[in-house]
Amino acid sequence: MSTPRASSDQPPHPARQHSAWRWSGPFLGLLMLALLLFAATLIQATVATDAATPLLRQRAGLVAELGLTDLALFTEARYTRHPSQADLHSAFQDHPMALDRFPTGSLVPVPAGLTE
Amino acid sequence: MIQDMRAVLRRQRYLLEYSLAALARRPGKHLLLLSVYALIVFLLSSTLLFTQAMRQESARVLAESPELIVQRLVAGRHDLIPAHYLASLTRIRGVSDGHGRLWGYFYDPAVRANYTLMVPRLDPPPAGEIHLGAGVARTRGLGLGDYLSLRSARGEPFAPRVTGVLDGRTELVSSDLILMHPDDFRHFFALPPEHFTDLVLEVRNPREVRKVAEKIIQALPDTRPILREEILRTYDAVFGWRQGMVFLVLSGALLAFAILAWDRAAGLSAEERREIGILKAIGWETREVIAMKLWEGAALSLMAFLIGYLLAYLHVFHLSATLFAPVLKGWAVLYPSFTPTPFIDGLQVATLFFFTVFPYMVAILIPIWRVAITDPDQVMR
Repeated sequence: MSTPRASSDQPPHPARQHSAWRWSGPFLGLLMLALLLFAATLIQATVATDAATPLLRQRAGLVAELGLTDLALFTEARYTRHPSQADLHSAFQDHPMALDRFPTGSLVPVPAGLTE
Repeated sequence: MIQDMRAVLRRQRYLLEYSLAALARRPGKHLLLLSVYALIVFLLSSTLLFTQAMRQESARVLAESPELIVQRLVAGRHDLIPAHYLASLTRIRGVSDGHGRLWGYFYDPAVRANYTLMVPRLDPPPAGEIHLGAGVARTRGLGLGDYLSLRSARGEPFAPRVTGVLDGRTELVSSDLILMHPDDFRHFFALPPEHFTDLVLEVRNPREVRKVAEKIIQALPDTRPILREEILRTYDAVFGWRQGMVFLVLSGALLAFAILAWDRAAGLSAEERREIGILKAIGWETREVIAMKLWEGAALSLMAFLIGYLLAYLHVFHLSATLFAPVLKGWAVLYPSFTPTPFIDGLQVATLFFFTVFPYMVAILIPIWRVAITDPDQVMR
C-alpha cells in the first residue's frame, strides 16, 4: 500500500516501482484534456459570438424593416406566436383545451360545460 | 524551496493515486455514480446554456422592434384600430412619426399550420405576388414562381405567385411570414378600409416613451400601448419561465441524486471506517486522511461536471438543442431551423459549478473528519 510518507530523498518501495502512477497518470491526462476542452468551449463561444454579429445584425435588420415584435419560435397559437402582442391574460382563448403559458393553465381545469 | 514544493506535489499525487485506486476497487458503483452525476450536470447545463443563448439572442434581435405600438381594445380584446386614431396620436407631444401596421394570422388546413400574413411598410411585393418565410416555403414545398393556394375570408380562392423567399438565416424571426401587397391583404381578410391591425409610433426622445404611453391612454382610453422594453421583458420572462419549468420537472431527479450523493458521500460504510482506522494505525495523519477523501470526491465531482458541461455545450450549440426541440415546438408545425449563438455567461457557469461540485465536497468532508479524529482502535472495533 502506498502511503503519503514517501519523500523525494527516499527511493520508492520496490513493490511500487512498477505500479506507481497507475491511476493518477491517465486520470490527470483525462482531466487536463477535459479542462482544455472546457477552455476551448469558452474560446469558441467568444469567437462564434463575434462571427455571428453580421447574422444578428441581419436578423435585427429584418425586425426593423418589417416592424417585427416577436420570435417565430412558438407558432401554434396567436398568443404564443406573438406573446408580446397577445391579449392580456388570454387563457383558453384559442380553444377550450389549449394549454397556456401561465402556471395556472396547468392547475385550473377547463370549465365543465365546454367539454360536454 | 523547490525541493519542498516538489515533495508536497508528490505527496498529493500519492494521495490522489490512493484515492483513485480506492475508486477503482468498486468500478461499477462509481461509474454509475459518475454517469448519473454527469447526466444531472448535462441536463442543468443544457437548460442554462440554451435559455441564456435564447435570452441574449432575443434581446439583441428584438432591440430593433418598434419603439411603441398602440393596439385598440374592444371588450377587452385586441381589435382593428381606425386610421384616424393615428392623427390624434401623432399630435401628442414627443411623438415624431407614426404609421399603421397590417398583419394577421391565417390557419392553413392543408398543413395544419398558422401563418403570419404581413404587409411590409417599405417596398411590399406587387399585387398578386408574395414573399415567403423559409419555414412556409419548406412546409408547403414551394419555390420561386410557384403559386400558394389559400382561401380568403369571403371563401374565394386566392393564389398569389411566390416571387421571393426570405433568407433562411433569419428564420428565427421570419419562419412563418407571408409578405404581401396591402390591397391583397385587405381583400384577403375582407378588412374594412381605413383600419389597421395596430399603429407604430416613433418617439423623439427615448426617455419620454413612458410619458408618451401615459398620454396615449389619457387621450384614447380604449387603446393599449406596448413599449419595446415590454417586448424585451416578455422574452426575458418567457425563457426564464421555460427554464424554471425545466428545473421544476428536473427537481425530482435532482432530489433523488442529492439523496444518492449524500448517502454515498456522507454515510461511511463499515468497510470505509475500518480502512480509515487502518490508515491511521499505520501512521496517516488526520489531514492526510481528509485530503485523500477530498481527492476522491474532487476526482468524481470534477469529472462529472466537465463531462456533463461539455456534452451540454455540444448538444446546445452543435446539435441545435435536439432534446429541447419537442418541448419548444409544442404543437407548432412551422418550427424555425436554427442553431443558437453561443452566448455564455461565465457567472452562470461558475454558479452551476459551485452548486454541483461544492455540496458533494461538503457532504464528504464532515463524516470523514468525524471518523478521522476518532481513535483508530475505536474506529476499527
